[in-house]
Amino acid sequence: MKLWKTILAAAVLSLAAATSAFAARTDLTLGIVLEPPHLDPTAGAAAAIGEVTYANVFEGLTRIDDNGQVQPGLAESWTVSDDGKVYTFKLHSGVKFHDGSAFSADDVKFSLDRARAKDSLNPQKQLFAHITDVTAADPATVKVALDGPQGSFLYDMGQVAAVIVAKGSADGNKDKPIGTGPFKLDHWAKGSEIKLVKNPDYWGTPAALDKATFRIVPDAAAAVPALLSGDIQAFANMPAQDALGQLQSDPRFSVVIGSTEGETILSINNKKPPFDKLAVRQALASAIDRSAIIDAASNGLGKPIGSHFSPGDAGYVDLTGVYPHDIAKAKEYLKEAGLENGFSATIKLPPVPYARDGGQVIQSQLREIGVNLQIIPVEWAEWLSQVFTNKDYDLTIVSHVEPNDIDIYSRPGYYFQYDNPKFNDVIKELGTTVDKDKRLELLGEAQKILAHDVPAVYLFELPKIGVWDAKLQGMWTNWPIEADDLTKVKWTD
Amino acid sequence: MTAYLLKRLIIAALTLVLASMVVFAVMEILPGDPARLMLGMNASAEQVEVLRDQMGLNAPLVLRYLRWAGGLLSLDFGRSYTYSVPVIDLVRERVVVSLPLALIALALSTIIAIPVGVFSASRQGRAGDTLTMGAAQLGVAVPNFWFALMLIYLFAVWLHLVPAGGFPGWGAGIWIALKSLILPAIALALPQAAILGRVARSALIEVLNEDYIRTARAKGLPYRAVLWRHALRNAMIPVLTILGLQFAFLLAGTIIIENVFYLPGLGRLIFQAITQRDLIVVESIVMLLVAAVILINLVVDFSYAIVDPRLRGRQ
Repeated sequence: MKLWKTILAAAVLSLAAATSAFAARTDLTLGIVLEPPHLDPTAGAAAAIGEVTYANVFEGLTRIDDNGQVQPGLAESWTVSDDGKVYTFKLHSGVKFHDGSAFSADDVKFSLDRARAKDSLNPQKQLFAHITDVTAADPATVKVALDGPQGSFLYDMGQVAAVIVAKGSADGNKDKPIGTGPFKLDHWAKGSEIKLVKNPDYWGTPAALDKATFRIVPDAAAAVPALLSGDIQAFANMPAQDALGQLQSDPRFSVVIGSTEGETILSINNKKPPFDKLAVRQALASAIDRSAIIDAASNGLGKPIGSHFSPGDAGYVDLTGVYPHDIAKAKEYLKEAGLENGFSATIKLPPVPYARDGGQVIQSQLREIGVNLQIIPVEWAEWLSQVFTNKDYDLTIVSHVEPNDIDIYSRPGYYFQYDNPKFNDVIKELGTTVDKDKRLELLGEAQKILAHDVPAVYLFELPKIGVWDAKLQGMWTNWPIEADDLTKVKWTD
Repeated sequence: MTAYLLKRLIIAALTLVLASMVVFAVMEILPGDPARLMLGMNASAEQVEVLRDQMGLNAPLVLRYLRWAGGLLSLDFGRSYTYSVPVIDLVRERVVVSLPLALIALALSTIIAIPVGVFSASRQGRAGDTLTMGAAQLGVAVPNFWFALMLIYLFAVWLHLVPAGGFPGWGAGIWIALKSLILPAIALALPQAAILGRVARSALIEVLNEDYIRTARAKGLPYRAVLWRHALRNAMIPVLTILGLQFAFLLAGTIIIENVFYLPGLGRLIFQAITQRDLIVVESIVMLLVAAVILINLVVDFSYAIVDPRLRGRQ
């Protein structure tokens, strides 16, 4: 009798063990290189904030998907008035914030008003600049009035800094983010990991994962053994460097190369002689061999660009041939500028591999036409104050990762110091144009002006190097915005 | 004794004041604006000004120094600009990683170094000495991040005995937490042990040449007893000095190893705070470290007195 019981117990136990072994995993540990300084996307520009929280913890009225398309978010539908000035959003019902408070039109009004307020510290305040009034018509309806038709308004409302927060918890979001998303913060061990858990009261399709941990792995050399040992199962964007080949040939991993919105460019101080002369900028563009830079600065994975526009976006025009690599021609341009003997200049390089590696290649390429570059390595803090704020630079390399940001060339006081009335007019018209075809035409025109006028030398589009366990599905291929949307991520057998 | 102690305390206080001025001045001179760093490239100049006001960065220099230094006196270390939590909380989270790690590494390095030093010194010039000192030379020369990676590949990737990195926190269980500190401690201890072993050896050789050692041998004490009881104790002073220095280094100077094992230690916190211009965090932590180093030196001084009775009377 006793023996029977033992056998039965053993059978039950092994059965239980077996079923749990066969059920798909529901936890995931992702590696990220930079730790977010805090977790409030409406109060800080660091890309890592959006990586962790966008679509997972916080949601906006609309959302941007893997392909950069606008999808409904907290708003299930919307209508636009005939003059294009009033958007009426119909909100989902039954939505709750993570602290249990109900979401309503008042929260939308609060969030948008807060972002556009005079003392707003929203890092993308310009997204809300055209809003003149926000009205909560009833708990499930919001009317947003604009000062004119806005071509990219629905896209903008899906951006990371436009997520909806609650009045009662907004001030604490840096440390305890309270959003409406399918995951909520479990705990944040600073310097180590940020752990999200499934939100059981989520209003939409629940996430497949129960737990998602973002672990901070600051060192590129540590990233590979972390994957190989299984401690970390995914890097949305991996600092793979030389190990990429090894990972690609390993059947346990999927290596997925996607696109980003990061236009990597050689920025030029357009007001500083001799760069104020078009011929000098043309000489730079002609002297530079993009493919060598792409090999050195992005493992050969970056896509060459000829203007400030992502090759993956609608309206892209291939302008990489405007100034082909041609040393003789570059020398001619220099002669035209009266600088046939070349000149010396500095190039300030921020602490990212694409800039530091790319800068050395550019230095040697420009030496061929007699332009001697002195490399000055800078930290980000120095870069932001010296280059970006004080415009104290000749050349620099940087990736502009904001989506659809071609308008930066028309911003007064921007660090390029570029001022072209013709370009400004195109951007102005683009801003108020809603018609899709007309928008694409204007975007094409803007790209062409930049390609020919060379306010910066356009190098390549930063690749996204996704590496994850081959059994994992649903990770984003591309980064139209920097977000690690885990809502559709799941394990398969 | 009291006069001596008082003198030491006054010197310690002056050191702290001076250090606070230097740290504050250096962080001021460093280019970079924490407000712009937080708000990024799309924020307007007006927004940056608003945030600077909120952070209190627009107040006059002297006033800001006094505010901060005054806070330190009442043990208020300020709030981090970037994390917006009290600095002391950040430090507390990191010390529970850095302090045990430093202690384990220090213990390991002592356990390895002392026997190695004794072994080498007692066989001075012979094959055993040459071999162990050669190995010590190697231990000093091998870059510790490379050694760390080799450890990771062997014990984490291949043998799966320990995690490749990260720290689960003490809440996950003492053994689990300790497991993630073993490899980093070994990687830190090895070069320290190599240095310490060489110091122990040369100190011991010097002592072994002293007259009283000959006397001890002459009165019939076995070599072993002379070596361990008489010689080693007298050779401890330089060893303790180096140990004190190494402990101070291990507390916050281990950023490379912390990066390779992605451990949330003090070194990484300081590094991160510097890159983000989280001035208050850098300033306050450096002050805490200065205080820690002063304390370690005091402890080392007192331990001299323990190993060397002659020093007790002199004070």
